[in-house]
Amino acid sequence: MSKISKAFENGKAFIPFITCGDPDLETTAKVVREAVKNGADLIEIGIPFSDPTAEGPVIQGANIRALAGGVTTDKVFDLVKDLRRDVEIPLVFMTYANVVFSYGAERFMSKCRETGIDGIILPDLPFEERDEFLPVCREYGIDLISLIAPTSESRVAMIAKEAEGFIYLVSSLGVTGERREITTDIAKIVSVIRENTSIPCAVGFGISTPEQARKMAALSDGAIVGSAIIRILEKYGRDAAEHVGEFVREMKEGVGG
Amino acid sequence: MSQSKGRFGIHGGQYIPETLMNAVIELEAAYNRYKDDPEFNAELSDLLDNYAGRPSRLYYAEKMTRDLGGAKIYLKREDLNHTGSHKINNVLGQALLAKKMGKTRLIAETGAGQHGVATATAAALFGMECVVFMGEEDTKRQALNVYRMRLLGSEVIPVKTGTATLKDAVSEAMREWTRRISDTHYCLGSVMGPHPFPTIVRDFQSVISREIKEQLLKKEGRLPDAVLACVGGGSNAMGSFYHFINDKSVALIGCEAAGRGIDTFETAATVNTGRLGIFHGMKSYFCQDDFGQIAPVYSISAGLDYPGVGPEHAYLHDIGRAQYVPVTDDEAVEAFEYLSKTEGIIPAIESAHAVAHAIKLAPTMDKNKIIVITISGRGDKDCAAIARYRGEDINE
Repeated sequence: MSKISKAFENGKAFIPFITCGDPDLETTAKVVREAVKNGADLIEIGIPFSDPTAEGPVIQGANIRALAGGVTTDKVFDLVKDLRRDVEIPLVFMTYANVVFSYGAERFMSKCRETGIDGIILPDLPFEERDEFLPVCREYGIDLISLIAPTSESRVAMIAKEAEGFIYLVSSLGVTGERREITTDIAKIVSVIRENTSIPCAVGFGISTPEQARKMAALSDGAIVGSAIIRILEKYGRDAAEHVGEFVREMKEGVGG
Repeated sequence: MSQSKGRFGIHGGQYIPETLMNAVIELEAAYNRYKDDPEFNAELSDLLDNYAGRPSRLYYAEKMTRDLGGAKIYLKREDLNHTGSHKINNVLGQALLAKKMGKTRLIAETGAGQHGVATATAAALFGMECVVFMGEEDTKRQALNVYRMRLLGSEVIPVKTGTATLKDAVSEAMREWTRRISDTHYCLGSVMGPHPFPTIVRDFQSVISREIKEQLLKKEGRLPDAVLACVGGGSNAMGSFYHFINDKSVALIGCEAAGRGIDTFETAATVNTGRLGIFHGMKSYFCQDDFGQIAPVYSISAGLDYPGVGPEHAYLHDIGRAQYVPVTDDEAVEAFEYLSKTEGIIPAIESAHAVAHAIKLAPTMDKNKIIVITISGRGDKDCAAIARYRGEDINE
């Protein structure tokens, strides 16, 4: 059984996303610990990439700030190792295929296991390309998280059947970033997912308020929030931890966990 | 390990967000349906001949040949096409395909602006909406082309992220495609990106090598000894090489933009300085750092200023079928001036990279050998930038 399932044992899950090293690694460590303290059930740690093609302007900005601050894949692993001294909730990486490929998939996944990463989300690795990393993910017990999009249609069942850890249901067309309204028929996609797998399913993209989080979590097993948290980091920089903590608490209450 | 669709050796594939998967699957199905359809091909041929001005001339550069004193030099004049470059070959094909698919809107990335202008042109012709993404840096280097696109009725969006050049324009066009798929076709301009783009663009550009073959057989009764073309993403080169791949006696030489030199960081010579990676939907060679961060590449040529190369080129390099040589800014600018003065032909600064290598290569070959250089575009757009490079400030 995947360790990630633990994240879905406290009612609906709240999953914050944090770009590692924005604006520096010390801040990331503080922010992660505050998020855990305030009820985060799983944390997505973003390893910055120079050209994040699935991200909107807010997370693009975080990637640029983090890389400008000198973050590297090795430094991210060091941070995870440090976090694991006291952080017990599941942690997953979110990054781009080239970051893993360039590091060497075997070396990357082995480091994930060694430092305590439970899964990985790669937005530019669709179902058809999962064999690029899947065998080595299996070897090291790292869940390769599948994404399902509003345009997936007949692909939903195919992806859900083979999914591991949890399913990341992309709420809307386009890139990451806050949206006033989510118009996709989430309930319909979730029902197809449920017919094909028993693993949990969390909704992300465009969620920024407790109200939206409540709506999305009610239709699924949890809500994922990225850009709204990055905005707090953008605003408060090194002093963001406390503010992120407060936001996480409101959102966790929002999802009704 | 199983391999996904659209592979050239280990290269290619479909490394894109799930949101786009059905769009590329739909595109592939449409392409397979129409590529051998007589009606589609008749329509496309008619457009290429009567609108784009094909076949393009294969011109014997006699003065240049005499001056260099070696191999006989022919120029494949893609610069004479409507809109001034080879880009129109691919765009007319894709726009026609998009129309058949019921799409009403085209989006495109552009570096030098040639692909953007070609897409804006096709959109005007077909009555489609058009949005072109162009790095802000390039909108400055290629201001004339920005005006042309707007004149043709397109919206031009300057991209400010990253290095504000071609790679960022591609990223932004991909983002826009994920935002709006149902009525929009992403008219990708080079033999790159996710499958089926490298194949579609290659097929539409392969008219170049088909014509070279026919024209040279008529003029000389034989195949060339070498075909030279510049390589950014690599569409004019792939088009120039394609029908010669099985003719092993023909050397295929891609000329990469070395910028200030392949031993500097200011280069865009991907095959010469990059390594295997995954980016913009494909596995291929990319300029990148030790941790896989894509490098901020540089070339004087906005059209070659890209950190990757099409997957089929990466494959031709792997199997040794094509050779990829670096050409610096200085060499390209000299060749730009040389061809203008020697033959009265002002080549695009991109194409000048291929001319520069020919200037080195021709004198080393016997007089009975034949070189074909693809002049992928015309150089009017570059005049102001080259003047600046030479320290002269002229108004465009």
